[in-house]
Amino acid sequence: MLYLRQVFTIAAKDLRSELRTKEALNSSFAFSMVILVLFSFAFDPSSEQLHEISGGLLWLVYSFASALSLNRGFARELENDCLDALVASPVPVSALFLGKAVANYALLMAVEMVGFLVFGLLYDVQAAHYFWPVLLVIALGTWAMVVVGTMFSAVTVNLRMREMMLPIIIYPLLLPALMAAMTTTTDLLNGAPFGPNLIFLRVLAAVDLIYTLLSMIFIEFVLVG
Amino acid sequence: MNALDIESVWKYYGDFPALRDIKLRIERGSTVALLGRNGAGKTTLLKIIAGLSGASKGSVKIMGEDARRETTRRRIGVLGHAISLYDELSAMENLTLFGKLYALADPRKRAEEMLERIGLSRVRDGLVREFSRGMRQRLAVGRVFLHDPEVLLLDEPFTALDDRAIAVLQALLREGHAQGRTIILSTHQLREALELATHVALIQRGQLVFEGPRTQEMADDPAYIYRTYGEK
Repeated sequence: MLYLRQVFTIAAKDLRSELRTKEALNSSFAFSMVILVLFSFAFDPSSEQLHEISGGLLWLVYSFASALSLNRGFARELENDCLDALVASPVPVSALFLGKAVANYALLMAVEMVGFLVFGLLYDVQAAHYFWPVLLVIALGTWAMVVVGTMFSAVTVNLRMREMMLPIIIYPLLLPALMAAMTTTTDLLNGAPFGPNLIFLRVLAAVDLIYTLLSMIFIEFVLVG
Repeated sequence: MNALDIESVWKYYGDFPALRDIKLRIERGSTVALLGRNGAGKTTLLKIIAGLSGASKGSVKIMGEDARRETTRRRIGVLGHAISLYDELSAMENLTLFGKLYALADPRKRAEEMLERIGLSRVRDGLVREFSRGMRQRLAVGRVFLHDPEVLLLDEPFTALDDRAIAVLQALLREGHAQGRTIILSTHQLREALELATHVALIQRGQLVFEGPRTQEMADDPAYIYRTYGEK
């Protein structure tokens, strides 16, 4: 119970800080909107081609927006050396990690939900038909991005080129999750039934579970050595 | 049981040994001034004691327990070079946050008491980024004392403090010493440190070259210890 309270305390602190500065929120939101609008001019919304790439397009926007947002995860602790105070506190480092992941997840999901609505409007997608299944895919895929991104934002936090390093490191690791999410999203948006895509949902759930457990095990080594 | 047992601690950065075979025992209730020139290894040693960094060899026990145990960390207060506070949170939010992280019974009440103690209750809802440097330093001192730690680890605590913050810190340290807390402070401000210290440890190029009780000669002439035990 104490562990969950500590996770919640860290998450609430990060969300409060972010909502006051809006550094990560503004950049990832603005980036998502610009890409969605630009692509809407590049492709004919009624074309068959767009339907075939719709999932890929959506996850392209989400994955780039996530890199912008997740960079701030541990970087915000550098100001005033706050990370030292957190690591020196009795909070387990894994709870610190999970708290940050939960805050990142909430912020990214908010950006993605707005992005999904704009995507529906600009690309003539009848999102209401597929909303809940697609939401499940987005929820699982986003957790994979968040957990890997938060872990590697801790690894790269002391690097000068961390903004560039983070995407280089996380995208290869996220390939299985992104491929599963893209394929399922494309199928669902094209009216395919949920059943045949269950295998991809299992892949997403497995990736989420494995990366979460690995991160919780290795985060102490990353932050303390 | 000693407050602190450091057994043959080595720390390497690559091939460079920043700490070499440090052995130190500190009794409970002592106030130790950890002295040394820039780059001697004081901050590295304090980080290892605080559990913020691992030793390459050797071990550190605080109250007989490993420094990274959660129960041990609850008993330690750490003040590093920076204030370790969030600029975008208020003074009250910062202290309440750390009160929650240390699982205090009533974090808000304790935060209010501490703000009163450090003279910042008037600006409790002000954001830290709007504070003057002295106010930020006082708040940082308040954060360290918030959970009544038994062992205080302070790295250059007097550096960049204004007069009022120095007075607050000295009062809290004297009070802490009277209450039997163990205090380890690294510093270049010899006069302030030696006024408070019961023991002195001198580190030179990663090695502990002197450790013992603070004598009257040291208090009267702060440079004495460097002249007598330091590099010629």
